[in-house]
Amino acid sequence: MENITITRESDARGSFCPGPLMELIRIVRDAKVGDVLAVISSDDGSKKDIPLWLTKAKHELLGTEPVEGATRFICRKAH
Amino acid sequence: MNPTPSSADKVSIVLFSGTTDKLMAATVIASGAAAMQKQVTIFLTFWGLMAFRKGAKEQPPRISTDFADFAEAAMQAMQAKKVPHWLDTLRDAMDLGDVKVKACGLTMDLFGLKLEDLEPVVSEVTGVGSFVEDSTGGQTLFI
Repeated sequence: MENITITRESDARGSFCPGPLMELIRIVRDAKVGDVLAVISSDDGSKKDIPLWLTKAKHELLGTEPVEGATRFICRKAH
Repeated sequence: MNPTPSSADKVSIVLFSGTTDKLMAATVIASGAAAMQKQVTIFLTFWGLMAFRKGAKEQPPRISTDFADFAEAAMQAMQAKKVPHWLDTLRDAMDLGDVKVKACGLTMDLFGLKLEDLEPVVSEVTGVGSFVEDSTGGQTLFI
């Protein structure tokens, strides 16, 4: 994931389900098409919920990576 | 951005209970459903409606007596972990998705309440007939 520049990231660690997902939806809504967005979540529910939402909302999941006991989800706003 | 939901994309919640644990459950489910692009309607009745009177956030948290054994531990955990207030969870869901909160006419009459007595998230007073009609074809939960 070294070649990707993140346009905007939100650190939602400590936020409870569905907080990190709601945070991602908010930053995707406020972003421009093509922007790369990331959210960091320590909520285990996010591991399923965020990829599911991205599929449903037709945005692109670029990848996930572990960050100190949490997960960073990186996506591109597709439309 | 979101297409108009079809009837299969509806989630309706009858919120009958007014204790914090069940208000949290209902508003978290509403958030998840809104995130997944469902059309969400919360129908407030009896104690669920009473919890939505103005000043809801100033009320002390309460756990259902069914779960009294866990009440103290739950209260401590919610405070220590700074769990968001259920009304804020609901407001977030309304900000990001299609969530409507309606008040039951019977309960309003029974307790002499008017729409202006309720938190502004409640948009209208409705009857059970229109709730049933609106929820037909989707999923309905009773909490």
